[in-house]
Amino acid sequence: MEKRVTFKGWWLPLLLILPQLLITAVFFFWPAGQAIYQSAFIPDPFGLKTQFVGWGNFEFLLEDPYYLASFKTTAIFSLLVTIVSMTAALWLALMADRIIKGSGTYRTLLIWPYAVAPAVAGVLWMFMFRPNVGLVSWYLDRVGYDWNHVLNDGQAMALVVFASSWGRVSYNFLFFLAGLQAVPKSVIEAAAIDGAHFWHRFRTIVFPLLSPTTFFLLVVNIVYAFFETFGVIHTITAGGPQQATTIMVYKVYADGFVGQDLGSSAAQSVILLLIVGILTIIQFKFTERRVHY
Amino acid sequence: MSGMVEKKGRATWLVHLGLIIGIAIVCFPIYLAFVASTVTTNDLVRPPMPLIPGDQFFANYSSALLSGINAPVWKMLLNSTIMALGIAIGKIVISLLSAFAIVYFRFPLRNVFFWLIFLTLMLPVEVRIVPTYEVVANFGMLNSYSGLILPLIASATATFLFRQFYMTVPDELAEAARVDGATPMRFFLDILLPMSRTNIAALFVILFIYGWNQYLWPLLMTTDPEMNTIVMGIKQMFPSADDLTQWPVIMATALLAMLPPVLVVIFMQNLFIKGLVDTEK
Repeated sequence: MEKRVTFKGWWLPLLLILPQLLITAVFFFWPAGQAIYQSAFIPDPFGLKTQFVGWGNFEFLLEDPYYLASFKTTAIFSLLVTIVSMTAALWLALMADRIIKGSGTYRTLLIWPYAVAPAVAGVLWMFMFRPNVGLVSWYLDRVGYDWNHVLNDGQAMALVVFASSWGRVSYNFLFFLAGLQAVPKSVIEAAAIDGAHFWHRFRTIVFPLLSPTTFFLLVVNIVYAFFETFGVIHTITAGGPQQATTIMVYKVYADGFVGQDLGSSAAQSVILLLIVGILTIIQFKFTERRVHY
Repeated sequence: MSGMVEKKGRATWLVHLGLIIGIAIVCFPIYLAFVASTVTTNDLVRPPMPLIPGDQFFANYSSALLSGINAPVWKMLLNSTIMALGIAIGKIVISLLSAFAIVYFRFPLRNVFFWLIFLTLMLPVEVRIVPTYEVVANFGMLNSYSGLILPLIASATATFLFRQFYMTVPDELAEAARVDGATPMRFFLDILLPMSRTNIAALFVILFIYGWNQYLWPLLMTTDPEMNTIVMGIKQMFPSADDLTQWPVIMATALLAMLPPVLVVIFMQNLFIKGLVDTEK
């Protein structure tokens, strides 16, 4: 796609593009280059010199049970966040789509949690689930269920999944609702006249028509769970108990800043970089289709 | 017409009930936080906690705003405002300019530059934190606003958005401007910029929320409590030892932290939705 009509001159456009190029070079390409460079070195124990190890950091990582565990944790975590937030959102959107009057009010009341930062959401959920004294954990205790996410791996995972999914429901709801409203009403009505029940109509007509939206949301939510949930993990569990909620992005931070293992952290950054790249390409391939849809 | 499918009264009533229950579940954590911000610390350590707001609203909020725990919350609100505005305005300005250059000019290395910017789409700051931190530290920009803002401005999303929009602007407008002897910058300021108003506003809403809600970057960048942003400052308010957590003050801070972006979403809903759809394309 190119413009037919353009202006003459070459120094003005260079001047116009310069600010973005400078910032991109200094805060993007230089650090990214550093990450790739550092991933090939390990610092000596005194931090005075570094030693070239080539693929050493990567080889070590891929055999490191802790790193492999964080890989698995990330997969489980992002899958759960995606499923929980998309199911809840689809359910709400299906209901909101059937409302003729007042759907605007419902929409307003459902979308604002999007604006709540993951870190703030983390604090709110941790407050409700404080072992022994939190409102929810106290009532769970009353009915005989012992809640302590500080010690229990599964409960810690459940809590970070719910806290991460909460604000995400708003986002998914908006896209599902838009998708549902784009389904031609005449098709639904024809099916209804033929005697198709709601669930039957949903399975055979609505859901297939919604599949572009669903696929798009799948990718976007996985990206979200991978990269934007750091605040939730850091506020609620700090990766624990032990490593039970240490997702990959959290491990880059924990190893690089807390553990000062720069080579390993840089190698982890490079691996994440590859994952983002793949996800972005999938997203692009798909959104290309979405434009024509 | 649209009411033809299942317009039975009882079914509609059930749908409303379902939605209200859904909203109640979604809003409950916030309500509880509000209650917690209006009671005393002692009310929260003896379970079960009250479910009705108490009378400590002014005491807790003024304590948070004026003294806070590590730094007064008004200062953190100010830091967050500067960071969010800086990121939103900075991204929009550099993107408006670079998209203009890419779409309306032919110059050496144009395609190379375009792809270099395109690549930044692929790397969120979370992935390159350690080296970016080192770069910023080398510049002596730790604990500064420029250190908080500049690394987060490097993104291609806005550039793409404006590029896409410029492509839809009729060629006749540029043609006419050129015939009239208008300079490119005149065309940009008098024609292109006013036409981009809605796009700029929608993008501003999304970027403001994005900037306000940053967590990891300010966490690394600001070791001085006076430079903390409010979203990252909340976690710093928890005591490291066995001291009593001041939940009412923390919850008051949490509510203050979410207020600006939530108001933006509610009152600029249409721009927000447009921005959301645009930036994901």
